[in-house]
Amino acid sequence: MNNVCIPPAFIFIIGAFLIPFLSGKARSTYVVLLPVAGFINLISIPMGTLMTVPFLDYTLTLVRIDRLSLAFGYIFHIISFITLIYILHVKKNLEYVAGFIYAGAALGTIFAGDLFTFFVFWETLTVGSVMLIWARGTKASASAGYRYLMIHVTGGLSLLAGIVMTVMNTGSIEFGFIGLTDAASWFIFMGIGVNCAWPFLHTWLTDAYPEATIGGTVFLSAFTTKTAIYALARAYPGTELLIWIGVGMAAFPIFFAVIENDLRRVLAYSLVNQVGFMVVGIGIGSELAINGAVAHAFNDILFKGLLFMSMGAVMYRTGKIKATDLGGLYKSMPWTAAFCIVGAASISAFPFFSGFVSKSMVMSAAGNHHMIAVWLVLLFASAGVFHHAGIKIPFFAFFGHDAGHRVKEAPTHMLIAMGLAAFLCIFNGTFYKPLYSILPYAATYEPYTLSHIVSQTELLFYSALAFTLLLLSGIYPAEMRAINIDFDWFYRKPLKAVERFFARVFNGINSYCDLVFVKTLTTQINGFATNATVKLTNSLLSPLLRANAKKSVDENPTSPKQGMQRDIDVEKAFSTSTSPIGIFAACAGLMIVVFYFFA
Amino acid sequence: MKNEKKHIFDNPKNVKRLLAIFFTSVIILFIMDFFVPKHAHFPWENWPVFYAIFGFVACVLLVLVSRYILRPLVKRKEDYYE
Repeated sequence: MNNVCIPPAFIFIIGAFLIPFLSGKARSTYVVLLPVAGFINLISIPMGTLMTVPFLDYTLTLVRIDRLSLAFGYIFHIISFITLIYILHVKKNLEYVAGFIYAGAALGTIFAGDLFTFFVFWETLTVGSVMLIWARGTKASASAGYRYLMIHVTGGLSLLAGIVMTVMNTGSIEFGFIGLTDAASWFIFMGIGVNCAWPFLHTWLTDAYPEATIGGTVFLSAFTTKTAIYALARAYPGTELLIWIGVGMAAFPIFFAVIENDLRRVLAYSLVNQVGFMVVGIGIGSELAINGAVAHAFNDILFKGLLFMSMGAVMYRTGKIKATDLGGLYKSMPWTAAFCIVGAASISAFPFFSGFVSKSMVMSAAGNHHMIAVWLVLLFASAGVFHHAGIKIPFFAFFGHDAGHRVKEAPTHMLIAMGLAAFLCIFNGTFYKPLYSILPYAATYEPYTLSHIVSQTELLFYSALAFTLLLLSGIYPAEMRAINIDFDWFYRKPLKAVERFFARVFNGINSYCDLVFVKTLTTQINGFATNATVKLTNSLLSPLLRANAKKSVDENPTSPKQGMQRDIDVEKAFSTSTSPIGIFAACAGLMIVVFYFFA
Repeated sequence: MKNEKKHIFDNPKNVKRLLAIFFTSVIILFIMDFFVPKHAHFPWENWPVFYAIFGFVACVLLVLVSRYILRPLVKRKEDYYE
């Protein structure tokens, strides 16, 4: 079947290249309308569409619309629209262009029906995202972006290796269920895992996201990890290993988040934590669990975007993002504070906020399969996420100790963007049916039972009680001006030491060779070549010269230096080619003899 | 800052009020839990106030582990990587 349509990715990517031709109001209108145009195009493409294009000996599937890809397609358009409103204060074109290419690449990846198209867009994703990091223009963002690029390129190579092996083995480039079987599938698995921020592979996220631009981080939080979630849901549903990877992701970042000072980095850790829930859902692989993973991805894009937007607004107004520099901002930025609390309540899964209707699906799926350890860790992570993202973020930024910032409320366009995201967070949490209706499988789950509401509220309120009591008693770790090392330490310190070691060894060899061959030997050869003839001539003529000198000393005993003068005369005569013909001929003859023996 | 308008939490009374509301709701939830029938996946979910105790203990553990184990291991000066 070949249904022709406009691939959603093309609208964004081609549209991005027109941005530099516009400026001012026209550009603002254009960038906000582009996602709307994309969305209208998306809903006009019928379900089940497969748009194929012949390419060499293969058939590429540029667009595949099914329930799984469409759910991600909707939310990617929605968050692009919101984020573009949010960044309207940005003057430079770079962020808009990079943002659209990045979002377009994400759309291309999720709608790709074959491995080639998938890979090309997957790599474009890296290019777009690294631009959003570099656009910040600081030294920290430059080096974090470089590390980000290195890791993603490595992940991309793993993916490429897996794809090439798969195509060699099966002859088919179709992108569907893969499952962990052979080496090829492992390469693809690990390649996706890098983008999914699995434990030990997650450091690019917590390292680079807080270094991106204010709007860039909002873009970044939406696409890379969620595209990886889509890819896992497509290719590896029901892979048991994913359950344990997800459990690790949900658990460990919350400890780091509690002691982290940079509030955007706290959110980056909680992003890994939330993606952990989705990975567990995909690992369980039941219809309920996959639905939960997709629904949670949908909601997470909104509430994590909202939280990053609120922190971005704080950063935009105060220029600070560290908890130690902030506090008391509810006085000057009440709307931003309110939106931040909505995001915090959503990520914490309070009843009537979006996390409540999606996270619980994954929890229920784990319960249905009687996975005791998984369920307990996820419950622990649910309490923990409330602690660091739900309370810590709003408390340290907007309440707590008043840092004395008296700034203006966030700009209107930022408030509109945050308001839209906040509205959707509450809407999805309260009227969950529309969200459930777009999930990959028919959703029969009922989140609003009295038992669920009471138990979840209890969990959260007693977590809050723990926070309050710990804070009042002074046990709660004070925010400190410090950084916390993570697994990136391994490539930022020892690897640097290795680099320094090799630099020392090889630069040492280099400078030694320079000394021996360039500075010493060359000079000597040069000197020899220049002076050899004159020296030879001098030594051959020395009896004659000496005799001459003796004669002149005898003739003129007052100037004994005259003999010496003769020596210099010969050298001078040579250097100016004014030696007497006899000497010259003798030298030429001598050289011929030398050549005769040595050549 | 003298002329600045008083904000809601500048008044310690309001902070106390908020805390009072919070502690009351915590107690109400505690009592409510005994009367709500649970659909449980695991037997311990039927224990009274399981979620309350779990939430409280989990967060205390989280904070203690982060502060006394993780922070001494990973804390570095801000210019550590520079």
